Amino acid sequence: MSLKVQNNKAWFLVLPVLVLVMFSAVIPLMTVVNYAFNDTFGNNQFFWNGLGWFEEMVQSERLHAALGRQVLFTGIILLVEVPLGIFVALNMPKKGFWASLCLVLMSLPLLIPFNVVGTIWQIFCRVDIGLLGRAAAALGIDYNYTSDAFDAWVTLIIMDVWHWTSLVALLCYAGLQSIPQAYYHAARIDQSTRWNTFRYIELPKISGVLLIAILLRFIDSFMIYTEPFVVTGGGPGNATTFLSIDLVKMAIGQFDLGPAAAFSLMYFLVILLVSWVFYTVMVTRDAEQDR
Amino acid sequence: MAQITLSNLAHTYTPEGGQQSDFALKEMNHIWHDGGAYALLGPSGCGKTTLLNIISGLIKPSHGRVFFGENDVTDIPAEKRNIAQVFQFPVVYDTMTVRENLAFPLKNRGGSKVEVQARVAQVAKMIGLDGILDIKARGLGADIKQKISLGRGMVRESVNAILFDEPLTVIDPHMKWELRTQLKSLHREFGHTMIYVTHDQTEALTFAENVVMLYEGEVVQIGSPEALFESPQHTFVGHFIGSPGMNLMAAKVQGNHALVGGHAIPLQGSYGNLSGYTQIGIRPEYIEFCGAEGLPCRIDRVEDIGHRRIVRTEAAGVAIDVVMPAGAPIDPTMTYLHFPAEKISVYKDHWRIEHGWA
Repeated sequence: MSLKVQNNKAWFLVLPVLVLVMFSAVIPLMTVVNYAFNDTFGNNQFFWNGLGWFEEMVQSERLHAALGRQVLFTGIILLVEVPLGIFVALNMPKKGFWASLCLVLMSLPLLIPFNVVGTIWQIFCRVDIGLLGRAAAALGIDYNYTSDAFDAWVTLIIMDVWHWTSLVALLCYAGLQSIPQAYYHAARIDQSTRWNTFRYIELPKISGVLLIAILLRFIDSFMIYTEPFVVTGGGPGNATTFLSIDLVKMAIGQFDLGPAAAFSLMYFLVILLVSWVFYTVMVTRDAEQDR
Repeated sequence: MAQITLSNLAHTYTPEGGQQSDFALKEMNHIWHDGGAYALLGPSGCGKTTLLNIISGLIKPSHGRVFFGENDVTDIPAEKRNIAQVFQFPVVYDTMTVRENLAFPLKNRGGSKVEVQARVAQVAKMIGLDGILDIKARGLGADIKQKISLGRGMVRESVNAILFDEPLTVIDPHMKWELRTQLKSLHREFGHTMIYVTHDQTEALTFAENVVMLYEGEVVQIGSPEALFESPQHTFVGHFIGSPGMNLMAAKVQGNHALVGGHAIPLQGSYGNLSGYTQIGIRPEYIEFCGAEGLPCRIDRVEDIGHRRIVRTEAAGVAIDVVMPAGAPIDPTMTYLHFPAEKISVYKDHWRIEHGWA
C-alpha cells in the first residue's frame, strides 16, 4: 500500500492530444460504425439495422472471393519477398563504397510514391508501348496483363517484389551487421557449414527484425490498393480485385455505404488481430531472451 | 597436439606496410611448447588479439610462418587447423540446447552418435554443465555461456591448442575466480597447450607459467610471473606489472651509482658510463623510509587500500609511490627514501641493462 498522494492535474495536459485524436481518428471511425449498424436513404435519416450488414457481408460470396485473392496475394509476396530479402541481405557487401552504393540503390524503390510505382509498371508492361510488354511480344511470349488473369497476377507480384523486397533486405542487413565477428570465427573453428551458420547464428540473430519486416509486409500487402488499381484496376474481370479495391467499388462505385462500412470494420479488426498476434509473439520472444 | 612455432612472424593490416609503425605485430620468433600454459599480456591495442588470431588461422600473417609441430600451417585456414578458441564475449548457438552446443563441433567433423554423446557427457561433467544439458542456451547467464564456449573447445580431444581471448571480461568477479581455477585444473588434467590473452595482470600471473608481455606489437619480455615482477626487461613491463607499477626516474648512471636530481644513489654493481636516455626503476614494495640518508622526499598523500598503504611522495621532482603494510605509522621523521641497491633496475632507452661487477 502506497500512501503517496498523487497529483492528477497532469491529466489535463493530455486533453489537447485527446481532442486531436478524437477529430483525426475516433470521430471518423464512429461515422463508419454509424453506417455499419444503420441503413439510410439520405436526408441524414438513419434506420437501425443491427448486425444486418455484417451478416450480409460475412455471407457474401463476393467478399469471400476478394478475401481469397487477398490471402493468396499476401501469401505469395511474403513467400517471395522474405527469402529473397534475406538472400539479398546475406550477399550485400559489408562495408566500403559498394555497401553504400547498394544501400542507396536498394532504398530507391521504397522512396517512390505508390501511384507512381503503379504507373511505371502499367506503362512498362503494356504490350503496345511498354518495354517489357513489347519485348515479351517480340520473343513470342503470349503476355497481356489486361486480358489474361494469370499475366495480371504475375505483373502485380513482380511489381510488389520490385517495390518492397528492399525493405526486407535492408532490415535483415541491419540485423546481420549487428552480429559480432566472434560468432563467425567460432563457427569457422567449429567447422560449421554455410547452411548451419545461417541456420544457427544468422537466422536466430535476425529473427527479431525479420518478424518486424514480415509484419510490415503483411499489413502493407493486405491493405494494398493504389498499385493494382493503377495497373489493372482490379481486372481483368475481378481477377485482381483485392479487399481494398472491392471495398472502394462497393462504397464509392455502388454507394452501398452500409455493407461497405461493415466490411471496413471487419477488415480493420482482421489487421488489428494479426498485428496483435505478431506483437505478442515478439514480446514473449524478447522476454525469453532477456531471461 | 604439437608445439607451435612462430618464425619471423610479423603482421600489418595495411597492404603495403613498409613503415615500421604500420605493423600491428613486429617481427618475432617464438616457440609455444606443447602443453604449456601461456598468458599473452599487454594493454589494449598492443596486438595480442592479432597474434592470437594468427595462431588460430583467422588472420593470415603478412610476414613469416606459423608451424604446428613440423607442419607449416601458415596457409591453412582456421577451420582446418584443429584449434579451439574462446572469445571475449560468450559465443553460443542460441537456439540449440547446451548438449547440442557441445556436440556441434564433433558432429560437423563426422563423429558417430555414440562417440559424440559419450564425449559430450564427459566434458559437461568436467566443466560442471551436466545438470543443464537439455536447457536451451539462449536464457543462460554469461558465465555459463562462457563455460559452453569453453566446452565446445574442449570436446575435441585432439586440439592442438586452446586459445582464450580475454574470456573473463564479461564474467562477474566471483565467477572469474571459479572459472580461472577450473581452467588451471583442466590444463593440469589434459595438458592442452593453452594461450590466454588478457590485459589483466592478475589473470595472467595466476593462470600462466610463462607470461609473454606485448607492447606496441613487440614482445618485450617472456618470463615467469616472478621474473616480470623482479626484473622487468623493459620500463613498460615495470610500469604495467604491479599495482602501483614500478617507480621510474630519469637518472645519470655513472659506474656504481646513479645521480637523481644531484643525489647519488648506490647501485649493486658497475654499469660504466651509460649514454642515451637512462632511467632507474624500483618497485614501490622495496622502498624504505628513513630519517637521514637517501633521497629527500615529501609525502603528498596516503591511500589506504585495506591490506596495504600506498604512500604518494615526491622526490627530486618525480612522483614516487611507496607501498607499506596496512596500519604502518606515518610520521614527520620520514623525510628520506632509501632504495635497496639490489632492487634497483637500470634502463637505457627503456631496455634493462645488466651490471658488471666492479
